[in-house]
Amino acid sequence: MVKEIVQFKDVSFKYEKGAPYALDHVNFSVYEGEWLAIVGHNGSGKSTIAKLMNGLIFPQAGSISVDGREIAEETVWDVRDMVGMVFQNPDNQFVGTTVQDDVAFGLENHGIPREDMVARVHDSLKKVKMNEFLDQEPHHLSGGQKQRVAIASVLALRPKIIILDEATSMLDPRGRSEVLDTVRELKSNNNLTIISITHDLEEAVKADRLLVMNRGTVYREGTPSDIFLMDEELMKLGLDIPFTQKLIKRMREQGFHVPEEILQEDKLVDYVWRLTQEI
Amino acid sequence: MMEKMIFGRYIPVDSPLHKMDSRAKLLTIIIFIAIVFFANNVITYSLLGLFTLLAILSSNIPIKFLFNGLKFLFWIILFTFLLHIFFTKEGDIIFKLGFITIYEYGLRQAIFISLRFFFLILVTSLLTLTTTPIEITDGIESLLKPLKKVKFPVHELALMMSIALRFIPTLMDETDKIMKAQMARGVDFSEGSLKERASAVVPLLIPLFINAFKRAEELATAMEARGYRGGEGRTKYRLLKWGKIDTIVMLLLLLVTVLLILFRS
Repeated sequence: MVKEIVQFKDVSFKYEKGAPYALDHVNFSVYEGEWLAIVGHNGSGKSTIAKLMNGLIFPQAGSISVDGREIAEETVWDVRDMVGMVFQNPDNQFVGTTVQDDVAFGLENHGIPREDMVARVHDSLKKVKMNEFLDQEPHHLSGGQKQRVAIASVLALRPKIIILDEATSMLDPRGRSEVLDTVRELKSNNNLTIISITHDLEEAVKADRLLVMNRGTVYREGTPSDIFLMDEELMKLGLDIPFTQKLIKRMREQGFHVPEEILQEDKLVDYVWRLTQEI
Repeated sequence: MMEKMIFGRYIPVDSPLHKMDSRAKLLTIIIFIAIVFFANNVITYSLLGLFTLLAILSSNIPIKFLFNGLKFLFWIILFTFLLHIFFTKEGDIIFKLGFITIYEYGLRQAIFISLRFFFLILVTSLLTLTTTPIEITDGIESLLKPLKKVKFPVHELALMMSIALRFIPTLMDETDKIMKAQMARGVDFSEGSLKERASAVVPLLIPLFINAFKRAEELATAMEARGYRGGEGRTKYRLLKWGKIDTIVMLLLLLVTVLLILFRS
């Protein structure tokens, strides 16, 4: 049995009185060690979920627990120790004057002794392959590099869960794949739970599980192959399906029986290769 | 022009001055500014000049480069020099041509005041040239620590300073971007009367301010998410180290101060 690490029970939230609910009776769980992608159109409540999980805002109704602890005013700092967050804008979350200062910022906040801090800063920057940029200033770094520093500074705090709140949406394709590869490698090496919030479904294909949000409610939950079978329905929700999925759909229309478990490019290439062998 | 101006910039070279503790440098400058006003004769001014020269030499910054970068400040010195020489009317007349009369005391005063300016500008610009902004912030925080007893928010001030420093280049880039975007829409920043130019700045300032607010909010969220709870119980990553050279410089400064007081007339 896999452990539930985050639990949302009947959570409702709205930003202002009289405004519509940003989240309306949301229920879901995140399991330890999985990569969960939360997808949805703009304003579907994805980012609200991220902020709730970290105790940056509190729900009006329902309860959220992280690793068995319910988030409340008293526990919020313990919860923040367990949950690290990488935000969307690489510039606006860079606190330090240089790369190493930024990574050290979180550690300073936790009162970690200096010798320990130095080791951890170097270690986590090495893990994201930014250890040659110690004294570099943020305006000399690319967007992808800044996001990797943001990941390093979260990593230095040794969280159990990392939330990527549209962390790749302001990056170019190369920066995006750099950041995602880094996260993937870290996940497998450190037994992390990753919650990535995105509207890029290419990114979501690689998740273990998907949560589709629509207008503040959980619309659908399932593995990527389940979700992409929704096809037209996804388009109606304002989400675009990935290129490989479109290609598979076209192939099926042309009379090829592409198996359902094929989701990613490499598997499709394999399948096509085998097909040509048969002919 | 901006590339040539070195006032307030940091030049990363290796030198004894670069290795000094920022606290020692800040203290030196505060004391230096105070003792500059003690000097009032040739001996005391040459003492200050010697100290300044020593400081410049130990900074390993090429003198030519330093003077080129500070050129525009020398115009201000020249201006005060001329003011003093023409408007001080004391002592013997040493020169007279038409309506221009130069008095002995005026010349003396003009040279001394200009020298004072000159030394001050050189020594203070050496601070920024040899110290990174973050080191200066750390130094100020450390020097202001005693003020904590009177409830002065030292940590908050230091944090604000370091964040401000970190965002200067980011905001400069943004200003440039907004300016170009508005120019593309037909806003003219470089021509027109004073009033027209002032009103052209509005479409630049307002987006800049709004973005700054947005940045501040996002930054605050990110800081909180990383466990920032104020100054209490924080440790420091950067370490200030008081070395041998710092003690030597402070002793040297003490010597200069004593000599200045002894020789002033």
